[in-house]
Amino acid sequence: MTEEKVGVYVCHCGHNIAGTVDVEAVAEWAADMPNVAISRDYKFMCSSLGQELIEEDVKEYGLTRVVVAACSPHMHEPTFRRACERAGLNPYLFEMANIREHDSWVHADDINAATEKAKAIVAGSIRRVMELQPLEPFIAKIDEPTLVVGGGIAGINTALEIANAGHPVYMVEREPSIGGHMAQLDKTFPTLDCSACILTPKMFDVGNHPNITLMTYSEVEQVDGYVGNFTVRVRKKARKIITDLCTGCGDCWSRCPAKVVDDVYEAGLGYRTAIYRPFPQAVPKYPVIDVDTCIYYEKGTCKACQKFCPTDAIDFDQEDEIVVLNVGNIVLATGYKLFDARRIPQYGYGRLANVFTSMEFERMVNASGPTGGKVVLRDGVTEPQTVGIVHCVGSRDRNYNQHCSNTCCMAALKFAHLVKERTGAEIYNFYIDIRTPSKNYEEFYHRILEEGAHLIRGRAAEVTDAARLPGEEGKLIIQAEDTLIGKQRRVPVDMVVLMAAMEPYEDAVEVSHRFGIGCSEAGFFTEKHPKLDPVATMTDGVFIAGACAGPKDIPESVEQGAAAAARVLTLIGQGEIKIEPIRATIDEDRCSGCRICNNLCPYSAIEFIEELGVSRVNPALCKGCGTCVAACPSQVIEGQHFTFDSIMAQIEGILYDRIEDTERVTYLGSQPAEAR
Amino acid sequence: MSPANDHYAYYPGCSIRSTSKAYEQSTMKVIESLGMTFQEVEDWNCCGATEYFSINSLPAYSLVARNLSLAAKQGASDLVAPCSACYLNLHKTDKYMGKYQDLNKDVNQALAAGNLGYEPGSLQIRHLLDVIVEDIGFDAIAEKIEKPLWGLRVAPYYGCLIVRPDSKYNHEYPTHLDELLRILGATVVDFPLKTHCCGGHMTQISDETAYELIRRLLHNADEYQADAIATICPMCQMNLDVFQPQVNRMFKTDFNIPILYFTQLMGLAFGISEKELGFDSQVISANAALKKIADEAPEKTKKARRDKKALPMPESLP
Repeated sequence: MTEEKVGVYVCHCGHNIAGTVDVEAVAEWAADMPNVAISRDYKFMCSSLGQELIEEDVKEYGLTRVVVAACSPHMHEPTFRRACERAGLNPYLFEMANIREHDSWVHADDINAATEKAKAIVAGSIRRVMELQPLEPFIAKIDEPTLVVGGGIAGINTALEIANAGHPVYMVEREPSIGGHMAQLDKTFPTLDCSACILTPKMFDVGNHPNITLMTYSEVEQVDGYVGNFTVRVRKKARKIITDLCTGCGDCWSRCPAKVVDDVYEAGLGYRTAIYRPFPQAVPKYPVIDVDTCIYYEKGTCKACQKFCPTDAIDFDQEDEIVVLNVGNIVLATGYKLFDARRIPQYGYGRLANVFTSMEFERMVNASGPTGGKVVLRDGVTEPQTVGIVHCVGSRDRNYNQHCSNTCCMAALKFAHLVKERTGAEIYNFYIDIRTPSKNYEEFYHRILEEGAHLIRGRAAEVTDAARLPGEEGKLIIQAEDTLIGKQRRVPVDMVVLMAAMEPYEDAVEVSHRFGIGCSEAGFFTEKHPKLDPVATMTDGVFIAGACAGPKDIPESVEQGAAAAARVLTLIGQGEIKIEPIRATIDEDRCSGCRICNNLCPYSAIEFIEELGVSRVNPALCKGCGTCVAACPSQVIEGQHFTFDSIMAQIEGILYDRIEDTERVTYLGSQPAEAR
Repeated sequence: MSPANDHYAYYPGCSIRSTSKAYEQSTMKVIESLGMTFQEVEDWNCCGATEYFSINSLPAYSLVARNLSLAAKQGASDLVAPCSACYLNLHKTDKYMGKYQDLNKDVNQALAAGNLGYEPGSLQIRHLLDVIVEDIGFDAIAEKIEKPLWGLRVAPYYGCLIVRPDSKYNHEYPTHLDELLRILGATVVDFPLKTHCCGGHMTQISDETAYELIRRLLHNADEYQADAIATICPMCQMNLDVFQPQVNRMFKTDFNIPILYFTQLMGLAFGISEKELGFDSQVISANAALKKIADEAPEKTKKARRDKKALPMPESLP
C-alpha cells in the first residue's frame, strides 16, 4: 500500500439509507480505516452541494481515491465520476459502495445488522479503490457515410433523413428494385391512400438524391470493424444489363419468350419474363435477367432481348462486382416475409384453388396486378358472391408463431371494404380479437361494420370442400365456433383469404450474425431496450428499423426509420465517441495461443494474431463482460477496472473483522501479486 | 435394407384374429416378400381398445403395459402393431409412463404382481405403416412390384388415431400412405377427410351418429371418384365396409366402394393372388374395382395449355 489518500462519503439519501443504517457511525468508523484521509456523512451526496464536497476535499486534502457509500452504481456512478473528473482526479479512481439497494432497502428489519453490513461493504470498497488504476477512454472517430441495408419504407426513410442532413448514404437492397412490400400493396389503411402513389415519390427521391448511392440487386457479404469504422464488403450481383447504356425502354422484356410465375412481386399470382423489371415504377428502372429461367443460360439460344435492345445494353457475360465500403454507422431495415400458409394444411392453401393469401389478394385488388384490380376466383373470370377472411393464420399460434402480426386485422378490414366496393359480395371475417390500436384505426373498423361485413368471433378451424349440409355443394366451407353465440358455424363461401403472419426472413439469424447483433429465436432483430431504446442494438453503431425488428405497420416503420436516422446523425454530429475503458486486455507475452477465448466472446471482440500466435482483444468491440477473463486457463487476460487484485482486495475488505490483517484471501490456482 | 430379424416384436391385437383376418393374412404375405420376420409377443393380451380407458385408467394402462413388458423381455427393440387403436394404446402407455412418475410407479407395481416390469422408453412403438414406409423404404418396395395398380383410383384413409398423441408425420395432413400408394402405381385421390373419424365403436352405441360419420367419408371419397379406399386400421375397415349397406339403407344412398387394407394393395402389386390376400372376406366386393387395373401405365397426360385467363396456383408442399 502506498500513500494513497482515500475520501469516504456516506450518504443518508434522506431517509432511504439513514432510516435503517446509522450513517454517522459508519462515517466515524471509516475515518479510522487505513489510508482514509477524510470521512464524512451527508444528506444527499448526489446533490450539487454533495458533489462540491468531493471536489473541494480532493483539492484540499489531495485525495487520490474517492469512495461514496450510497445508492447503486447504476444510479449515480456516472455522476460521481464526473465530479472526480471536475476535481482533476481520474474518474476510474472512484468506487461506489451500494448501501441502499444492497443494504438499507433489504434489511429494514434489523438496523444493527444493517449498520454492520454497511461497514463491511464500505471496507470492501476502500480496499478495492486502493487497487484501481487510472484509465483513459478509447476515442473512436466516426466516419461520415452510413450504410442502410434494405430499401423498404423504413430504409428509404432513414436514407432520406440522413441524406437530407447533408451526409452520404449507401443503400444496399437485395431485390432489383427498392420499395419493399409496400410497393406490392394496393391501398393503405386507414386512409385508403394508394400505396404506390405515396411510396414512389420517396423511391424517386432516393434514386436521384445526390447523397445516396443506391446499390440494388446487391447484398452485404461481410462486415468488419466497430462503431464509426465499419468495413463492409458488398456483392453487386450481375444484372446482365449495362446500366450506363440502358434507357429502361422495355423492348427486351416485351420480347422475352420465357415466362415464369412471379413468386416475389406478384406473390405467385402472376407471371413475369426471364428478363424483367419487377414493376413499372421500379427504382432503378433497369431490368434484370433471372439466370435460372433465361433460355440463353439453359440452352445457349434465344438472345431475343439482346437482338432487340436499341442501345446494346445486354451483356450476358457480366460478372458480379465486389465493392468495399467504409462507413461509420449501419442501419438494418431488412423487413419481413409472409408466413407460408401451406404449413397449415387444414386451411387448404395450395390444395384448394380458391384459397388465397393476403399478399396474393393485395396483388389481385391492385390495379396494376394480374387481374387489373378485379376480384375473381382462381379461374381468373368468376366473381365471388361470398368471401371469407380468416384472421391470424400462423400468428397467435403456439404451433407456428406466438406473436400477433400487428397489421393483419386492419388489412383484413381493408380487404372487406375493397371486396364490398368492387363486387358487392357478402363478407365474413373470422377473428380472435379485432386489433385496431392506432390513430383512426378504430374508426375504420366501425366504418367496415357499417358497410355490412359479418364479423364472427372464432378462430377458423378448417377450410374444406367436403360438403355436408344443403347449400354447401361446390363451395368452400369455413368451419368455426362462433364464440359470441356459442355455436359451431359452417359458412359456405366462394373465396377464402388467409391473413398470413409476418415472419422474419429465413436468413435473418445468419444476417444478424453477419452484423454482430442479436436476434430472437425466430429471427426478429433484438433492440437494446424494448421500451426505451427500440432502434439501437447492443452493438454500437448498428441500428435497426422497421419490420425486421418485429411486426409493425407503415407509420411505425417510418417512425423507426427516422429514429434510427436521428441516432446516426447524433454520432456523425459528435464526430467521435468515447468508448468505456472497462475492457479485457491479454498479456501477449504470456498468451499461449490456445484460442479458447476467441469463440467465447459474445461480441466477437477477440481476434487471433497469426504472426504472433496470440489472441488480442479489440478495445472498441469489447464490452467488459469478463467471460474471457474467467475462461483463460493461463489467467493471462485481465479485466481492466476489475483486476484479480481489486476483486480479492474487495473480498478481504468485506471480511475486515474476520481475518487477520496479514492473511491474504486466495483462490484456486492463484498466485499472490508479489510472486508474479 | 433388411433389419435384423429379432428387431421387431409383433402385437397382432384381437380384431386381426377375428373380423380382420384379411389384414393379418395380407400383412404376413407382404412382409414375407420383403424378407422381414416379426416375432409375435408371447401370451399377449387385449389392449383394451377404447372402452377400458374410459372406465378405469390404471388397470387399463397396466393391461397394456403387460404387453410392453412381455415384448421387451423378448429382446426386441421395436414393437409393431398393425391396428391403429392397439398402436395408440401401446404408444401412449409407454409415453405417459415416461412422462408421469406416479403412473409409472403404479403400473410397475401392478406388473410386479405378475413378475413383470417395464421401463418406459425401452421399446419403440411403431404402426405397421410406419415400419414399412420408414424402415423398408419406397425403393425396396418399388423393386418388388410386379403388377402395378395402374388406373386404380385409391383414396388413402388414415383414420384419426395414427397421428395421436404426437407423430413425426403432419397431424392434419399425413402423406406417407399417399406416397406408398403412388409407388404401387395407383392414382392417389387426395380426399380431404382422410384423417376424419370413422365413428369407432359408436356403431354399437349410437348408429345414427356413427352412420352419419361413415356416410360423410364414403360420400367424400365418392365425390372424388375413388374406386377403393385404403385403410390402415381394422376398426375403420369394418365400419366403412361392414356397415356400408346399413348406411345406404339409412340415407338412401348407393355407395359401392370396396374398403381394402393397404397391405392387400401392396400384396396385389407384388403379384400375390387375391385369395391369399383375403379378398373374399369383405362385405363390399372389390371385383369391379380390381377390373379397373390396367396392364399399361396410364398415358402421361400432356401438359394442358396454360389457360391464359386463370391465375397460377401455388405448388403444394411435398
